[in-house]
Amino acid sequence: MFDWKWEFVWEILPRLVQATGNTLIAAGAGYGIALVLGLVLAIAQRTPYRLLTFVVRELVEFIRSTPLLLQIFFVFYVGPQFGLRLSPWMSGMIAIGLHYSCYLSEVYRGGLDSVPRGQWEAATALNMTVVQKYRRIIIPQAIVPAVPGFGNYLVGIFKDTPMLSVIGVAELIHTANAIGSEHYRFLEPYTLVGLIFLAISLPAAGMIKVFENFVRRRMGMK
Amino acid sequence: MEDMSGYPLELTGENIPMVSFKKVRKSYGSLTVLDDLDLDVNAGEMVSIIGPSGSGKTTVLRMLMTLETINSGVIYVDGKPLTHMPGKGGKLVPASARHLHERRADIGMCFQHFNLFPHMTALENCMEGPVQVLGLSKAEARDRSEELLELVGMIGKKDQHPSRLSGGQQQRVAIARALAMRPKVMLFDEVTSALDPEVIGEVTNVIRKLVSEHNLTMLMVTHQMGFARDISDRVCFFYDGKIEEQGPPADLFGKPQRERTQQFLSAVREAI
Repeated sequence: MFDWKWEFVWEILPRLVQATGNTLIAAGAGYGIALVLGLVLAIAQRTPYRLLTFVVRELVEFIRSTPLLLQIFFVFYVGPQFGLRLSPWMSGMIAIGLHYSCYLSEVYRGGLDSVPRGQWEAATALNMTVVQKYRRIIIPQAIVPAVPGFGNYLVGIFKDTPMLSVIGVAELIHTANAIGSEHYRFLEPYTLVGLIFLAISLPAAGMIKVFENFVRRRMGMK
Repeated sequence: MEDMSGYPLELTGENIPMVSFKKVRKSYGSLTVLDDLDLDVNAGEMVSIIGPSGSGKTTVLRMLMTLETINSGVIYVDGKPLTHMPGKGGKLVPASARHLHERRADIGMCFQHFNLFPHMTALENCMEGPVQVLGLSKAEARDRSEELLELVGMIGKKDQHPSRLSGGQQQRVAIARALAMRPKVMLFDEVTSALDPEVIGEVTNVIRKLVSEHNLTMLMVTHQMGFARDISDRVCFFYDGKIEEQGPPADLFGKPQRERTQQFLSAVREAI
């Protein structure tokens, strides 16, 4: 049978809980960056400036077509050659935020496209500026159909944080590895990490559904 | 480049029309939607535009609301150019975004499909423009909006979202929303076309009230001949991108001169 040691579990649990906090911070900060930057990238692709639209679209395609791991390495190891000297934490959050902003920009794009043309026209008839139209009329309506997509990528970014372990960010996998090599025992740390991921990812999906309904009701769209 | 020397920087003289289309042309590729349109609407006048679909009726309103650009000619509102602005050498040049923003304030519009903002209540829909664009305080905007919702008979539903309102109710809110901006010119683009027959009356009654109680200039595209006949000062029959015939409703509906007008009107009557 398994050689499962409960006393070892209790011994390492505090460290793993702390690492869970780090993981959540990395995922949350990366997601925050992605939410803001994703919107900027989506709107940039809708401007009448052809060159800007082209460059942004190609950039999004480029980032979506290359592995996140490579991007993390690039920011952390190649960045210093260009004078960009960042801590593992900063590098990791920027890389993961940038990567996911490209996916979120597509979610935003779908949401923005779903707002009927009549809404833009009504806003023009009220003499709103472009910024007012986006801020007051278009974005609030674009968010509603985008919530499920946002939710998927929230879980996605959370599950991708282990990649940050390769540049030394003390998230869950990194900590589990460290514990494993210190004690020559990997069963308990890895099992716990898996359970922690499960315990956070599973309810998240349900909470996103609840949040979606809340947003819909709030917007009078139900 | 179009020669703009024939167009004045501003209309002068007595009785300047509130809206003036001067040789306005609109085309999509090789398809000409409006051909050298000349149309004046006087202050306080109610003008209805009728005609078969595809005759350019709606385009007239959409150009005036700056939802469509024009290919040539000039539109003046209240004597000042809307589609153009004074440029170097005393000639008109195409309007900048800022000029459009300034001049568009005189115009309000109601749409066939209402286009209310679904994430806002009826009251919030009406307050949005006054607060965000005109810079009114929330209290002022609320007073003004409630007054207008009262006028259109929607004050009892002011806290409802559009999804909870019938088509006729939504359109009445949309009228209040447009009026809250205090436009000089109101445009009604087939505002009853998307409504169930039994609620058309509640919208036309509101427009009737506006005509009799307010000194607004109004342009209305409609398929409701009886309504157009009742409330218009003048009716324009559009055909193939041109005004085929226009005149007081009694004349145009009573004794149309042009063959196309006669054909159109008899076709419409048969449909009823």
